[in-house]
Amino acid sequence: MNRWNFLAAIGRIFIVFLNTTGHLILFTATALRHVVLPPFFLRITFQQMLRIGYFSLPVVGLTAIFTGAVLALQIYIGGSRFNAEGFVGQVVVISMVRELGPVLAALMLAGRVSSAIAAEIGTMRVTEQIDALTTLATNPFKYLVAPRLIAATLTLPLLVLVADIIGVMGGFLAATQRLGMNAGIYMKSTMDVLEVEDVTSGLTKAAVFGFLIALMGCYHGYNSRGGAQGVGAATTDAVVSASILILLFNYILTDFFFS
Amino acid sequence: MADQTQDTPKIAVSGLHKRFGANQVLAGIDLEVGRGKSLAIIGGSGSGKSVTLKCILGLIKPDSGSIRIDGRETTGLTGTAREQVLARVGMLFQGAALFDSLNVWQNVAFGLMQAHGMAAKPAREKALAAMAKVGLEADLAEVNPAELSGGMQKRVGLARAIAPEPEILFFDEPTTGLDPIMSGIINELIIERVRELGATALTITHDMKSARRIADTIAMIYQGKIIWCGPAGDIDHCGEPHVEQFIRARSEGPIALDVVRA
Ligand SMILES: Nc1ncnc2c1ncn2[C@@H]1O[C@H](COP(=O)(O)OP(=O)(O)OP(=O)(O)O)[C@@H](O)[C@H]1O
Ligand SMILES: [Mg+2]
Repeated sequence: MNRWNFLAAIGRIFIVFLNTTGHLILFTATALRHVVLPPFFLRITFQQMLRIGYFSLPVVGLTAIFTGAVLALQIYIGGSRFNAEGFVGQVVVISMVRELGPVLAALMLAGRVSSAIAAEIGTMRVTEQIDALTTLATNPFKYLVAPRLIAATLTLPLLVLVADIIGVMGGFLAATQRLGMNAGIYMKSTMDVLEVEDVTSGLTKAAVFGFLIALMGCYHGYNSRGGAQGVGAATTDAVVSASILILLFNYILTDFFFS
Repeated sequence: MADQTQDTPKIAVSGLHKRFGANQVLAGIDLEVGRGKSLAIIGGSGSGKSVTLKCILGLIKPDSGSIRIDGRETTGLTGTAREQVLARVGMLFQGAALFDSLNVWQNVAFGLMQAHGMAAKPAREKALAAMAKVGLEADLAEVNPAELSGGMQKRVGLARAIAPEPEILFFDEPTTGLDPIMSGIINELIIERVRELGATALTITHDMKSARRIADTIAMIYQGKIIWCGPAGDIDHCGEPHVEQFIRARSEGPIALDVVRA
């Protein structure tokens, strides 16, 4: 009603924010401890790598090929305004490898993988399967969270590598088929400009994004409450928070590699 | 090791308190279950039966109070120490809580393989034996638990709880949601298996028939405390008005009045 209520509302939001951040940090610390300390569930980790990586290939591949192709056309349009059409190949490969490959693949996987992890672990929470794990002397962080974190962190760089190659292929196809550029010259200019650091920075981003995707899925699923509705909310929260964190960390990492 | 004389109770709970926000669920629970005995806790919905059980299992951290298993305090235990206690415990959950990413035999063998480090092959043998003891055919071994009926899921849950041959068994509403015949079957299975293992059992239920059948001792929980505890045979003439109302399923009595006042 008056401005003091208004201030109280801001204070409440701030406290909730701090509370959530604290919880998340504790959760992450516990999860990391179980990632590095044995025993390891190798078979489950491998299964998760298949689920996260292999079955995401079509989605990531399609995203990459169209993005690469569109990029080639747009750069051509922009470049032709100051006679720089010849740089299409260079700009496509750098934007794909450094930026669009990791970010787009990660955003697609935030939708596909974060949500699936949150729904699965959330359902296990509300149906007491997580309590059952504990009573069977199995730590849920060890059995559920750690394998997913490891799998996503290892798999995303591989997926992004594939996305990079397919994206460059997309650009190549658009440039040669639609713009009539010379295939040999295009490929040569692409390979000449590419540096190792472009690839490693992109893959580092991918590993971080993979970790964030699995972390958000596990965190929201693990803390879901109250039946089907709670699991639904956890799924949405996982996708939204994973996407935002990906964009945030993308800036942080880009800035880091920039300096 | 703490003293483990013949009369140390297997499970001893005293002064257990737990509140969720403004909701004081447990306000000083005191309980004892002797070695090889069977206790049933009865009480209305939301009276804190499941919370009591989860505190004993360490799934919920109580605000205060002591929980001793074999005379050893367990409230502060974490990590490996907690897992060592849990490795001697079996639990049947209210909704069975079977792992739907695993098939039936893998569910039953889970404790054997994870907590006791058994290899897959002998664990499967033992799982099949445990399944047979609860009347599950071997051809169900590869089935996904989601495809089973509620009664069948309870049996798988029971098989999973007994497979590692625990010293203590917990049952959270083992007969809720089952038809009377299946309830009777589950009751008999629980009695047989507990007796065979020589285990100590703690059952929470609001099914009076089941409580009378399974338990040596019955305790009633009301407003966060144990208001009555005695031999199962005495419950019909215990003289405690809350208990009388509960076991006769009367809508009038001290409990209903509280609900209206609240
Ligand atoms: N994790 C939790 N967070 C907040 N409140 C909880 C939690 N678990 C239980 N409660 C509250 O504690 C009270 C007792 O719950 P409990 O599950 O022990 O009841 P119950 O006696 O097992 O009932 P029922 O017979 O219906 O299973 C309820 O009011 C419930 O809302
Ligand atoms: Mg309950």
